[in-house]
Amino acid sequence: MNRDEPLVLGIETSCDETGIGIVRGRTLLSNTIASSMDEHARFGGVVPEVAARAHLEALQPAIEAATAEAGVALSDLDAVAVTSGPGLAGALMVGVGAAKALALSLERPLYAVNHLVGHIAADVVTPDSEPLEHPTIALLVSGGHTSLLQVRDLTTDVELLGETVDDAAGEAFDKVARILGLPYPGGPQIDRAAEGGDPTAIRFPRGLSRASDLERHRWDFSFSGLKTSVARWVEQRESSGGEIPLADVAASFREAVVDVLVTKALDACAERGVPRLLLGGGVIANRRLREVALERAAAQGVTVRIPPLSLCTDNGAMIAALASQLIMSGREPSTLAFGADSTLPVTQIQVAERETVTT
Amino acid sequence: MILSVDTSLASSVAVVDPATGDVRAQADSEGTRGHAEVIGALIERALEQSALTPRDITYVAAGMGPGPFTGLRIGIAAARAFAIGRGIPVIPVVSHDAPALERLSAAPGASVEIITDARRREHAVSTYAGLDDAGLPVRVTGPDLRAQGEGETLEARISAGSLGRVAARQLAAERVVDVGEPLYLRAPDVRLPAPRKRVST
Ligand SMILES: [Zn+2]
Repeated sequence: MNRDEPLVLGIETSCDETGIGIVRGRTLLSNTIASSMDEHARFGGVVPEVAARAHLEALQPAIEAATAEAGVALSDLDAVAVTSGPGLAGALMVGVGAAKALALSLERPLYAVNHLVGHIAADVVTPDSEPLEHPTIALLVSGGHTSLLQVRDLTTDVELLGETVDDAAGEAFDKVARILGLPYPGGPQIDRAAEGGDPTAIRFPRGLSRASDLERHRWDFSFSGLKTSVARWVEQRESSGGEIPLADVAASFREAVVDVLVTKALDACAERGVPRLLLGGGVIANRRLREVALERAAAQGVTVRIPPLSLCTDNGAMIAALASQLIMSGREPSTLAFGADSTLPVTQIQVAERETVTT
Repeated sequence: MILSVDTSLASSVAVVDPATGDVRAQADSEGTRGHAEVIGALIERALEQSALTPRDITYVAAGMGPGPFTGLRIGIAAARAFAIGRGIPVIPVVSHDAPALERLSAAPGASVEIITDARRREHAVSTYAGLDDAGLPVRVTGPDLRAQGEGETLEARISAGSLGRVAARQLAAERVVDVGEPLYLRAPDVRLPAPRKRVST
């Protein structure tokens, strides 16, 4: 196998994006994404079975589009990579089944990798970027996850510092959007509604931020109480016959989410003595989150890295990028004996690595 | 050579000679779960047992169901991906045609009913009336869902070998049919969001 600049195709199906990415070493050749988001809109959230059906139908055209864009033939590939978890089980299985068969038909090695670590690997294939320095703190925020990590080495040493204990941040945006009568997905809707609103108008709670919480949950997140608090505030206002100041509610809610995300991430940077913060996940599209993160990080002397949005949302390029890093660091391929692991821990960067035979 | 894959009940993979319909090798899983875990190993084993390489495969037959959807999809995904990798066509086959071929081969003029478990107290049912001049089972109804009947005999397995034979006969007769989407037979479980519940007391 070419271990210097491997040509890798990555398959990502953990949620509602069918992502096919192709990288050569650290170079991004294609990041093809087919999303089933529109099909979920009227249900107010991702419906796992709808997502899984959509993956099956999207895979072939996405693979064809990706190879065409990259200008490579499948037979040129050095390896195939796939997300094993975490994510929606039924959705993940489609990618796992396809990746195994593709690797077998091409007679190429297969790398089964961790989706969350993939989000970090997106940085590696970001065009024109300086190499990622280690260690770094990483904050990954999407509709499916909210995780704070310390990355000492992308392929061997990623530590989970904290994660959400209930809703993911993106889910909170979706649920509060519904409370405010706004459509799905909630993130961009809340952003639009918040325009001109006063983020300090209503002091919504910051989950797991009290002194008593910090002992056990210093870097964990909770957004379910915040959502309830917004609902209660809106109801009280309605029952007293008052107008709902939509812009203020949206801006204040968003500020509570952003505040707690940035505060905890920068606290981790300070506590761990790491002046670097990497952001990833679809919620990074939120402009206010990026603004506050950049502003407060600068004040604290922390450098922030944000891959382009197309590499922040779920995609196959990050999966190919992680596998490419594994290959370049000499790791063996995965065996075929793995499945979808919806709760795969972040410490498991590669799944089912084949044991090296020593003679 | 045809690589035949079906995960509509358990997982089954076979290599079938399109010229003769001979099953060169077949690998089956135990049980009706873990399709994603076993599918790769089954393909690998079927190829090994037939002493062929992926480059000898010229068609992939895919069992399109009916079947419980989580498992069914994995075989179809694998079949399509294998075909993309080799640049060869997929032959979609209604999974019930496989056991129908087995039974009608023993009694070519008979009428048979193929019943499989569809979970949730329902069965998936297809009826067949003999074999046609190409040796293909003539499906007259189904596959459809119906409530579980008492004392009905369910197919214990769908054999990828038999499925591959159906594909071989379709090829020989130039009668490959586009089955379209997988035969899930059920719409996804979805609930439209309920009106907002009050949280205040
Ligand atoms: Zn993600």
